[in-house]
Amino acid sequence: MRTHRISAALALTAAIVLTASACGGGDSGGSNSSPKTLTYWASNQGSSLENDKQVLEPELKKFEQQTGIKVNLEVIPWSDLLNRILAATASGQGPDVLNIGNTWSASLQATGALLPFDQATFDKIGGKDRFLESTIASAGAKGKDPAAVPLYSMAYGLYYNKKLFQAAGIANPPATWEELVEDGKKLTSGDKYGLAIEGGNVSENVHHAFTLGMQHGTGFYDASGKPTFDSPEAVAAVKQYVDFIANDKIAAPGNAEYAANQSVTDFATGKAAMLMWQSAGANLKSHGMNPDDYGVVPVPAPAGATGDKATTSMVAGINLAVFKNTKNLDGALNFVKFMTSDEEQKTLNGTYGSLPPVKAAQSDAAFSTPELQTLAGVLQKSAAPLPQVPSESQFETLVGTAVKNLLASAAAGKPITEATVKDELSKAQQQMPAS
Amino acid sequence: MINPPASFRWLRRVVLLVLAVFTLTPVAVMLSSSLKPLQDVQGPWRWMPSHLTLRPYVDIWKTVPLAKYFTNSLIVAGSATGLSVLIALLAGYAVSRYRFRGKKVFTITVLSTQMFPGILFLLPLFLIFVNIGNSTGIALYGSRGGLILTYLTFSLPFSIWMLAGYLDSIPRDLDEAAAVDGCGPIRTLVQIIVPAALPGIIAVAVYAFMTAWGEVLFASVMTNDQTRTLAVGLQGYATQTDVYWNQVMAASLVVSLPVVAGFLLLQRYLVAGLTAGAVK
Amino acid sequence: MPEKVIDRQAAGTGKEAAPQGAAPARRRLRDKFGRGALPYLLLLPALLAELLIHLVPMVTGIVMAFKQLTQFFIRDWSSAPWSGFDNFEVALEFNAPVGKALLHSFWVTCMFTVLSVGLSWLIGVTASIFTQDAFRGRGLLRAAFMLPYALPVFAAVITWSFMFQRDTGLINHVLHDQLHLTDDKPFWLIGDNSFWALLTVSVWKSWPFAFLTLTAGLQNIPRELYEAAALDGAGVWQQIRRITLPSLRPVNLVLVLVLFLWTFNDFNTPFVLFGKSAPQAADLISIHIYQSSFITWNFGQGSAMSVLLLLFLLLVTAVYLFATNRRREEAE
Repeated sequence: MRTHRISAALALTAAIVLTASACGGGDSGGSNSSPKTLTYWASNQGSSLENDKQVLEPELKKFEQQTGIKVNLEVIPWSDLLNRILAATASGQGPDVLNIGNTWSASLQATGALLPFDQATFDKIGGKDRFLESTIASAGAKGKDPAAVPLYSMAYGLYYNKKLFQAAGIANPPATWEELVEDGKKLTSGDKYGLAIEGGNVSENVHHAFTLGMQHGTGFYDASGKPTFDSPEAVAAVKQYVDFIANDKIAAPGNAEYAANQSVTDFATGKAAMLMWQSAGANLKSHGMNPDDYGVVPVPAPAGATGDKATTSMVAGINLAVFKNTKNLDGALNFVKFMTSDEEQKTLNGTYGSLPPVKAAQSDAAFSTPELQTLAGVLQKSAAPLPQVPSESQFETLVGTAVKNLLASAAAGKPITEATVKDELSKAQQQMPAS
Repeated sequence: MINPPASFRWLRRVVLLVLAVFTLTPVAVMLSSSLKPLQDVQGPWRWMPSHLTLRPYVDIWKTVPLAKYFTNSLIVAGSATGLSVLIALLAGYAVSRYRFRGKKVFTITVLSTQMFPGILFLLPLFLIFVNIGNSTGIALYGSRGGLILTYLTFSLPFSIWMLAGYLDSIPRDLDEAAAVDGCGPIRTLVQIIVPAALPGIIAVAVYAFMTAWGEVLFASVMTNDQTRTLAVGLQGYATQTDVYWNQVMAASLVVSLPVVAGFLLLQRYLVAGLTAGAVK
Repeated sequence: MPEKVIDRQAAGTGKEAAPQGAAPARRRLRDKFGRGALPYLLLLPALLAELLIHLVPMVTGIVMAFKQLTQFFIRDWSSAPWSGFDNFEVALEFNAPVGKALLHSFWVTCMFTVLSVGLSWLIGVTASIFTQDAFRGRGLLRAAFMLPYALPVFAAVITWSFMFQRDTGLINHVLHDQLHLTDDKPFWLIGDNSFWALLTVSVWKSWPFAFLTLTAGLQNIPRELYEAAALDGAGVWQQIRRITLPSLRPVNLVLVLVLFLWTFNDFNTPFVLFGKSAPQAADLISIHIYQSSFITWNFGQGSAMSVLLLLFLLLVTAVYLFATNRRREEAE
């Protein structure tokens, strides 16, 4: 009697679970069953979510006038974006078009939730060769059709405070790391430091670790796509970065907990003389720093380096993707075409202080400031995409956290040796899924 | 205590003072920071603003659609509280006043859900909501309704258990008298039990409200920009370029004010409710 | 048995409450409308809500733990291959990094929970005893003590993180700049101290609940007991030790269990304080599992860890209830 009832309850539960699991996104491809509306998830690019809306809404109106398609905009903060995409992927209910961080491209590509941009699809939006090559390379795994198209591009540059350099008697910004450390030491005194880094920010850490890794000859993955986080090259690269606090002491120990852009504030307020950042211009301006007061040069590289070893930045930026389950495939592609048109590229990148990945738009006067000229040069010549592998998000989390932990130890005065760095990186490596 | 000596009174003063400082410091920080210009909150800590400004209180409404988030939070937490109390009252009444088969299984199951780690069922719950939406057309995902349903259930186990305890403390003579007067069970509940159990109900309501008001994890996945609640929405003051600490503090104070006021008003009942409910 | 305690009637919790003449009255009540479906109808809404929000997702979560549910299968997770106990093996292999990290996180959480619950209780009981007698300003003080419970979690915790900043925070300003207690400004949000920062915030947030409950508990102690003890020559401390604390035992039983479960599963506090990657010293299990599932999109693994956690909590609760029940029976 009693057991009977329990088994009945179990059967009921099982039935509900089965209905629940017989769901998922399914493999339904795109359709055109609702051709008059689109949902667009934008990422936070401006000074606030509201600011983004003010920037984007007039453009969306233009699109509506041209095509008759109404775009429902939702600006999603970065803290929620990946979770929302995940939820959309798992349920099949998502936007039609969405912004993704370009480093997520391969990870999201692996889920199969995004529309691949094959030749035919690219033709519909005006062709692949309109885009800068390095930005296309950061839109999906090598040898596969990109999972997205580049929308806003950025690159790291070395920002330096002209007045502080002058006061320290330094004529030219550093071009090699030796020079940077030497200059940094000259600029460090009292509570003023040579360099500011965002040590509590996992992503910033991993971006710098990657650039330095390339310069030492490792991309953190071997040719077959296996992680090699604790290779001697990777150890050297990470140690070099951590040493800014640990041994060179050109960055303030307090930088190890910075995760809310305090390093930008420090640079803008003259507490630090150098900063490695992507498109910091708009940000510095909001802190009241005059564009004439700072200069921008590429991040240092080893003297005489060529090829990958001359990498000075990761390819940073935002990509635009189409959700495979869209009910308005043509409209979605139309919208992608609109957003990547020369005109919109100029307007939007101009407003956000980023660089257009569309070559034809780059010549616009808005991008001819010294800062953006330098960064555009970096993007064209010496930027490399982060590893475009499905496990990129794990790489970012694990290595970025390892660097964060090392910086925390360094700031607490613990010695940083090759052994401690290797140990930390090995731990990160071993937590990677075996497959 | 009877006849506390002077040493006890002194100790009491010191301890209570220390506790008051510990408790109120963050509130003082909020207040002082909310009156500072941005440079002040980005620089080294100072107790007094370099110059007093009410700017943050003006800007909070522009940086983030605070009024909308506030409304959402009120609707979500308010509805979740009302429903949770209602459901818990019915269930607590059954548990307190009736003997029935499966009672033990019910109480144990409900209480053990308090142990479920939220992470474990966040994604499944989300998928279930989406499926219900797909098959019945009732939009739970992204809607306030879904969130209300979720939060009411979060507070349900503790509420049922507390109300059952409170109802136990209400003499059954009352029920009996009502039954003699010809009241059915539901009328007895509404006319006799509810007024007698008011402190317990208020205590449970406050608990349910606070549970729903502060939840972050589920809200971040289950809402969109139309239904986003405060707990998630306040994060909007940390933007790509800056953390507007002064605005975070100002907004926190503004949204906390009504809640704290209501809480303090109901505090009396809260203690009374807990006295008879949870602690007997 | 645990069931015995949770069922209030069986544990005798309802017994004292019901007046002497209640038994026959209750029997009559039951005869009148107790046999029918009414109690089940009353339970129905609660059952449905629990089933939909807690139980079914939970069972689904347990099913997920046996699947290889990585980013490759998330889109259609019924197609994810079954992986048997693989996820559990990885989580429990304490010599390998994943298991080791989980075990570390587990110990951190245990330490954290014990300290947080202990301190919250201690502060709560102290404050409630000290505010038991009326004095000028007591109402105001009680109201102030309630504030942490009434403030939204996000607002409160973000304020603490602001205060704990190394270079610009209030804590270091007081400790280092004003009191000169430390040679160098310590870090609170990274490194080893982060544990203490987290503990502080957690105690700050949960002691008011202990205070509230214990204050309520104290009101049930008849004043005559104290008067009688005072007549016998018992001092204040003896009154507390002999009357107050023993009378609070039933309250403590519940309070400690509830605080334990809330603290152990707390996600909001560490998440708002540290963000998505908590420092190792404060790597609470809820954040750890979040990282293992949401950041790396390996939901099978994360679910397996959650299931282990659930089993642990069930075990602890059962043992706790069993032990306290037994002790009480012995005492009686």
